[in-house]
Amino acid sequence: MRSAQRTGGQVLQLLHDTGHALFMLVEATLFIRNVFGKRSRGEVITQLFITGIKSLAVITVVALFTGMILALQTGLELRRYGQEVYIGSAVAVSVIREMGPFMTGLIIAASVGSAIAAQLGTMAVSEEIAALEVMSINPNRFLVMPRLVALAVMMPILTVYTNILGILGGAIVGETQLGVSVQAYMDNATEFATNKDLYVGLLKAFIFGIIITTVSCHQGLMTTEGAVGVGQATRRSVILSFLIILIVGYMITRLFYI
Amino acid sequence: MIRFENVTKVLGGNAVLDNISFEVGEGETFVIVGLSGAGKSVTLKHMIRLMQADAGNIVIEGEIINDLGRKALRELRAKFGVLFQGAALLQWMTVHENIALPLRELTHTPEDEILRLVDEKLELLGLADAGAKYPSDISGGMQKRAGLARAIIMSPKIILYDEPTSGLDPVTSRRIDDLIVNMRKKLGITSVVVTHDLHSALSIGSRIMMLHHGKIVENATPEGFIRSKDATVQSFLESQYITRKGKWEEFSHE
Repeated sequence: MRSAQRTGGQVLQLLHDTGHALFMLVEATLFIRNVFGKRSRGEVITQLFITGIKSLAVITVVALFTGMILALQTGLELRRYGQEVYIGSAVAVSVIREMGPFMTGLIIAASVGSAIAAQLGTMAVSEEIAALEVMSINPNRFLVMPRLVALAVMMPILTVYTNILGILGGAIVGETQLGVSVQAYMDNATEFATNKDLYVGLLKAFIFGIIITTVSCHQGLMTTEGAVGVGQATRRSVILSFLIILIVGYMITRLFYI
Repeated sequence: MIRFENVTKVLGGNAVLDNISFEVGEGETFVIVGLSGAGKSVTLKHMIRLMQADAGNIVIEGEIINDLGRKALRELRAKFGVLFQGAALLQWMTVHENIALPLRELTHTPEDEILRLVDEKLELLGLADAGAKYPSDISGGMQKRAGLARAIIMSPKIILYDEPTSGLDPVTSRRIDDLIVNMRKKLGITSVVVTHDLHSALSIGSRIMMLHHGKIVENATPEGFIRSKDATVQSFLESQYITRKGKWEEFSHE
């Protein structure tokens, strides 16, 4: 009986939290009309910089090596059948369709999303969020909207960057390890990768950006219990973002490719 | 001006506020004292609807605020300035930007007028040289003064002070007390102060209310408070070396 009550309570809490997060997302989205206003412009530019420029180094390394690993593993198998020239299409299609947006999403959730949760969480426990509310400054406009715009805009751009570097990494391995020339690799890649792959990948990236912002901001704004609470909010934001990205990524793939 | 009518708030199964009623008059400096967990800060949060009562009414300037819509809530909060316990300054903004924040976000005041108003408040609170600094670069006392400057920049009718002297050295604490008294004298602002510090309460308060386990055990003038026969009040006074024989006038700023 007691465990049933506890489970019921947890379900109600989950529904309450989900509702709260969605309300926050809708309200922040409605505030996007003010994105170029003088009150929001500066913060939006700052968030674009934090999300885009500050993540470039780690994305560069991860994307390059993901493409190299993918090319090496696939190429070694294909070589057994004398078909190593097909690593171009294998790498390009898997990077553009899945790995690009997925890897970018995980990196941004772990770096930018966790930073958002920690910053807003610290603001919540030090009463800065309460101070904004008392001053009638809506935290969803002041804090959430600029981050939402930054991640929704930067995620597709960063995904294109990840795609390019991932394919480039594959080309380097093809040339140096598998004896596939860059020209043959690129010819094979462009033959099989379609525009649809690119568009679906970018749609995923855009949706992942919205998911990361919603989860991180919601976890941050709901933080209680001091430094311990900030740590928990940060950890939860990363785990939840990862899980939702995986599930939503699968659903989008299923929607467009089956 | 502020009236609590049979207000009850239950948190985690405990009645943090247990059917309390009291009134704060215009121009008063009303001090709420009590042990940790007595319900002081919860009382303060109810006045600005950061928390909602489970039962009873809270009336501000004749209007029940329990069920206000968003617009009415904004109008209600515009009457208040709040100095939070940790000052609650935004860490990525300078002191100047923090103080200017409500003007920039909520009004269409021209930038040169904003600069003038902020400089005026910085001067009033002895922070003329700190405007360009970040909150992490100034002392706790200066942060509280900056928080107070932000609280008064929109010319509120009521200021709520949550533990204004906590964590400060005695000299800085008395300086903050002087500022609270000056707010009333110079600007005619009604103040509600939550504090543990009885020396501060006796020196600045026009009335002192003590909460204990969510109930009001005393609500009197400083003189009446120090002469209270309630055992909880006496124990609280004695814990800070203030006895019924003590002269509360010693602490008074008046």
